[in-house]
Amino acid sequence: MSQAAEHDAVIEVRDFTAAFGDRIILEELNFDVRRGEVFVILGRSGSGKSTLMKHMIGLHAPRRGTIRIGGDDIASADEAQRLRILKKFGVMFQSGALFGSMTLLENVRLPLEEFTDLPNEALTLIATMKLALVGLESFAQMMPSELSGGMKKRGAIARAMALDPQILFLDEPSAGLDPITSAELDGLILRICRTLGMTFVVVTHELPSIFTIADRVIMVDERTPGIVAEGLPQDLKEHSEDPRVRRFFHREGGSES
Amino acid sequence: MVTRDGEAGETVNLLVQRTSDGALSLTLAGRLDSRTTGHVWRLAEEALGNAGTSQLVVDASGLEYCDISGIGLIVHWRRRQRDLGASFDLRGESEEVRRLLDLLWEGAGEEHAPERSRVAWVEQVGQAAVAQWHACRDLVAFVGHLTVSSARVALRRQKVRWDDAILVAEAAGLNALPIVVLIGFTMGLIIAFQSAVSLRRFAAEIYVPDAVILAMFREMAPLFTAIVLAGRSGSAFAAEIGTMKVNEEVDALRTMGLDPVPFLALPRVLAGVLVTPLLTVFADLSGLIGGGVVFASLGFPPVTYVNRLLMRGDLVDFFGGLFKSLAYGILVAAVGCHHGLQTGTGARAVGESTTRSVVAGIILIVIADAVLSFIYYVLGI
Repeated sequence: MSQAAEHDAVIEVRDFTAAFGDRIILEELNFDVRRGEVFVILGRSGSGKSTLMKHMIGLHAPRRGTIRIGGDDIASADEAQRLRILKKFGVMFQSGALFGSMTLLENVRLPLEEFTDLPNEALTLIATMKLALVGLESFAQMMPSELSGGMKKRGAIARAMALDPQILFLDEPSAGLDPITSAELDGLILRICRTLGMTFVVVTHELPSIFTIADRVIMVDERTPGIVAEGLPQDLKEHSEDPRVRRFFHREGGSES
Repeated sequence: MVTRDGEAGETVNLLVQRTSDGALSLTLAGRLDSRTTGHVWRLAEEALGNAGTSQLVVDASGLEYCDISGIGLIVHWRRRQRDLGASFDLRGESEEVRRLLDLLWEGAGEEHAPERSRVAWVEQVGQAAVAQWHACRDLVAFVGHLTVSSARVALRRQKVRWDDAILVAEAAGLNALPIVVLIGFTMGLIIAFQSAVSLRRFAAEIYVPDAVILAMFREMAPLFTAIVLAGRSGSAFAAEIGTMKVNEEVDALRTMGLDPVPFLALPRVLAGVLVTPLLTVFADLSGLIGGGVVFASLGFPPVTYVNRLLMRGDLVDFFGGLFKSLAYGILVAAVGCHHGLQTGTGARAVGESTTRSVVAGIILIVIADAVLSFIYYVLGI
């Protein structure tokens, strides 16, 4: 690998193998996520793409290999290092996972309260600005149960951005949303990525979303060691020889050949 | 000059100066991020507090990095100056800071006041009263629903999930046996001790067994068994059904044409009916053993204790107590299921239902005890 490319990578995954018990989910994955790009992990349902993300954010330990985030391996980090690595990224979970007992503003304030020494006034101002960034500033005092699905996800993105991380992980941002809301969310992701220079790692299988937001994609499959395909979505759709990739991008069903 | 040290290279400097024309000059240098901003914020606040309404000049030319928290600080200064009618001048900011500031100034312009309107206390009392009234009405409706379901089962018009009932009976009954036996034994011990203290004055310790058997059979065993059931199982019913409600599983049942009351509540109530009297019998027996231990320690042979028990023991007392425990079992199980089905949305609602099921369960046990005791008195039982 060239010196320049190495410098560019904010996440480096090397020889990564994930397994639960005896069952190997993903094997021998190698890839980089570059600074400021929207990196999409795609695959069929059950292909292990969410599992891959859960390893990347440190919820599971890999069976083998390393996952370096900003140069630090999250798998082998001790408690103090881990806390430092965790502050480099924010995560939006599939259902948002906003705390139901707090208002939207309190949800965004929480990480700021816990990890900074900002005065109270500053906490509210900064949390409100984060909400403004996702267009929810006028809903600050609502409870999560009073918000629609799309608003919950936007709120979760605002909370993930609370501590200004370099990287945002999004788990299926379009899942369960109508096409319009989904497109709006794609627009938001692109806007944040371009204006703030954040790096996005997105797990999704929604084709329209992939073509809109992805700078680069990788496709994983449980039965295949390594990455099935890597590249620009448009290139993969038009030029890939791999039947799995072709079927995915052309929405073809049918039995495994 | 102040420096906020952090990890290598992650520091910010703030220089506060008074310029010759009376303006306050703040010079920022280094990294302004969510970790370093708080310190600078406080220091600047102090300087601004002393400065009053003077011009503010911020020099950001030395800023290497500035994230949204840092922009928040600049927005805060700018807004303060605007509100005071004083001038604000930002100099030397990078292209990126300028862009972020433009992006975020709009949204952060005004904070949104809480939209929850304040309600006068009279209105609050009224709302609480109405809520209580609705709660009572719902409870009555639930009791009616449960009764109709039971009647339909009795008339064989409706199936009941006996497998579920047996599983629940095992969890609520068999698994509660150790604690019920422990509490029963301790209650017997306590009653025997307390009565022995009083009876000793009259040299009438021989009546200790009478007190134990009367108190345990008629009152203590059913009461404490029911309270254990409310704490262990009523709460579990409320939490389980409440979580099902939150996860829309109850709605799924409804759309399948399965009524949640006979499907979820009835097996649990039947299990409660089944296990509470059984547990009470064990509480009775362990209470008598506990009393016997104390009686023996007073110097009486065991045969005296058994004789006294047989002489005083009365099947009417025994079955009167079991009937009470049956009533408590129905109440505790039904209230647990009722509050589970009344659960709102979110994790907190499940917690609230669980609390309510235990509190309401214990209150209903005590009320039912009072009513039944009165009825027994009138009937001369």
